Amino acid sequence: MADAILTATDLVKHYPIKGGVLRRTVGHVKAVDGVSFQLMRGETLGIVGESGCGKSTLGRLLMRLEEPTSGTLDFDGIDMYSKKGSEMRKLRRDIQIVFQDPYTSLNPRMTVGDIIGEPFDIHPDVVPKAGRRKAVQDLLDMVGLNPEHINRYPHQFSGGQRQRIGIARGIALNPKVLICDEPVSALDVSVQAQVVNLMEKLQDELGLSYVFIAHDLSVVRHISDRVGVMYLGRMAELGNEDEVYQHPTHPYTQALLSAVPVPDPTLRGKREQIVLTGDVPSPANPPSGCRFHTRCWKAQEKCKVDTPELIERPDGVGAHFSACHFAEPRLVIETVDVSDVEPDERFSSTEVVDPGALLERDGAATTAADDVVSDGTQQGEPVGEPDASREDVFREEVRGDAPDRRDI
Amino acid sequence: MSTISTRRGNRAEAAAAPSKYQPQDGLLLEVDDLFVEFHTDDGVAKAINGVSFDLRQGETLAILGESGSGKSVTAQAIMGILDMPPAKIPAGQVRYCGHDLLTMPEDERRKTRGPEISMIFQDALSSLNPVFPVGWQIAEMFRKHRGLNKSESLDRAVRLMERVQIPAAKERVKAYPHQFSGGMRQRIMIAMAIALDPAVLIADEPTTALDVTVQAQIMSLLEELQQEREMGLILITHDLGVVADVADKIAVMYAGRIVERADVYDIYARPGHPYTRGLLDSIPRLDQKGQTLSAIGGLPPNLTKIPAGCAFNPRCRMADHVCRTDLPPLREVEPGRESACHFAEEVLRG
Repeated sequence: MADAILTATDLVKHYPIKGGVLRRTVGHVKAVDGVSFQLMRGETLGIVGESGCGKSTLGRLLMRLEEPTSGTLDFDGIDMYSKKGSEMRKLRRDIQIVFQDPYTSLNPRMTVGDIIGEPFDIHPDVVPKAGRRKAVQDLLDMVGLNPEHINRYPHQFSGGQRQRIGIARGIALNPKVLICDEPVSALDVSVQAQVVNLMEKLQDELGLSYVFIAHDLSVVRHISDRVGVMYLGRMAELGNEDEVYQHPTHPYTQALLSAVPVPDPTLRGKREQIVLTGDVPSPANPPSGCRFHTRCWKAQEKCKVDTPELIERPDGVGAHFSACHFAEPRLVIETVDVSDVEPDERFSSTEVVDPGALLERDGAATTAADDVVSDGTQQGEPVGEPDASREDVFREEVRGDAPDRRDI
Repeated sequence: MSTISTRRGNRAEAAAAPSKYQPQDGLLLEVDDLFVEFHTDDGVAKAINGVSFDLRQGETLAILGESGSGKSVTAQAIMGILDMPPAKIPAGQVRYCGHDLLTMPEDERRKTRGPEISMIFQDALSSLNPVFPVGWQIAEMFRKHRGLNKSESLDRAVRLMERVQIPAAKERVKAYPHQFSGGMRQRIMIAMAIALDPAVLIADEPTTALDVTVQAQIMSLLEELQQEREMGLILITHDLGVVADVADKIAVMYAGRIVERADVYDIYARPGHPYTRGLLDSIPRLDQKGQTLSAIGGLPPNLTKIPAGCAFNPRCRMADHVCRTDLPPLREVEPGRESACHFAEEVLRG
């Protein structure tokens, strides 16, 4: 494995809770409470956990959108939290973020060109002013959108297309690390795969490292090299995709895996069910010792007192990081290796197609924006407006995804 | 649990007269060639374009579709909670135990909501009234429909809360919705929905807003309640995993039509419509490694401009000339299996 590009050590983020008339601090929400990990060059580290486990806060800490309560973050040999002003701004060029909700993370009053080009205003030395339009169009092309749509507004795109715009903005400055905070959660199933495939393609081409934050364990397994499982602000388990999914040793990981529905009715009733009782406790008042002990079937006195460390513990095959006193491997779900199964290209495609570009067949063409139902709306709000040159634009669009690479 | 009466069984406790609706041969609900359209500034959005299906006692039918496929509108049309206008139902019938709900006088229809057909909504927080305690809201069902007094109805609410596994129900009956977690709120919604022992329960994305461990709890609770009361359950979802776990039959919707209908085992083993097949290829699976994800290109159509012929044709890699001109009817392609594709046989061969 290559060297680490990002090293987080003991990251802590507590938010004060204000109460009473005087707005005194009466407690803290311990959103992230001592998280350490490394992100290797060119890898994808998946972070999974249920809502409230602190995974999004962790993402924001990695971008330094939040100041940590304590802890250090080393980016390529630089201590990120010690940098200020212009130095920090310069660092941010190398770490970018893609947000969850493509509906609220794009300014509706800015054109796509302005949105994707905005990073160049802040970092003018990346692309000279004269070359910006071209750079933005190259980016659009790269994420599978029509470069001609540079003057359109976000509302003229569907959810999947908007997420591509968010990704284009994220890679505009040619960063080394991309933090992806639930990038596909808001998308429809059929569109989700397009965006996941796009992200994998971009990683190959640009040598990006991803921190992929999501609650969907299936998507995370698909895209990640290594996976960290978070519970109440702490890392419960961390290891390679194989280790975490095939030999999980932390009871929480095991329970999570057993709860994920698998799209195969023949497994019905045959899968092991670990049903957790109760809800995730409040991060303002997390349980003592091991935070999972209130819901854990293995919990003993020791778990209430001693906080288990995240250290390498045997998993039956080797060893990987787990924070459980009684870590032992348990096969929760049988894994099938399908590396040699090729999808039938008659029904779907592994190409990174423009979600707006409909398949070209016998010269039949309809446009993207015209026939789009924006994801998330029930009654189908029309997106886009007719324009005279659309037919030509479309032909351009379906001609395919010309792999023109930009050079920075 | 003694408080729970079996469907059409011991209803005396519920202080209800025997229902005038009795299913014949277990047939509860028949939706027949239903159309729904919305009149908007941008034109007429054809949300549902001829949907038909049946629901029997004790059966779980999953309606599967992406956003805009018309699955929620179908549920709302059955419940009679569409806003009309802008919605309009130009044609179709929804028969409950042989009675057409769409032509029924409103006061009569209102009496079916709750005791006969009931619904669970996706977003429990916005579906519960924030200014009343949850117990009061559950008890309202008994006050309005059964004429019980305040203390009796609250007693029943507590028992229901216990049935849906809300801990310390007696104390929490006076709590307000914001004092509960998402999973607990969804349990309260379920308690309200089953309060009057309905024959048909419609669950519209009941677990979409919830975490997986809570989702598993809620789904197993729903399954248990359904078996206990022999309810017909319509599960509306976009999640192919949840469907595989609980459904008996599946209807796959696309652009307001059912494009495929079959038994749950058949559809996953051998889909009979290119759209279903594409969907199954495009979801990452927890139990697979090295999977190549393959996406359906393009996007669902704008419902004001549904393509001619088969609505899926612009995204379908198998589409031929006939697909752009002729609308494929939903037809039986194998015993017990229906598909609305001109080339269904070819798709089935795999």
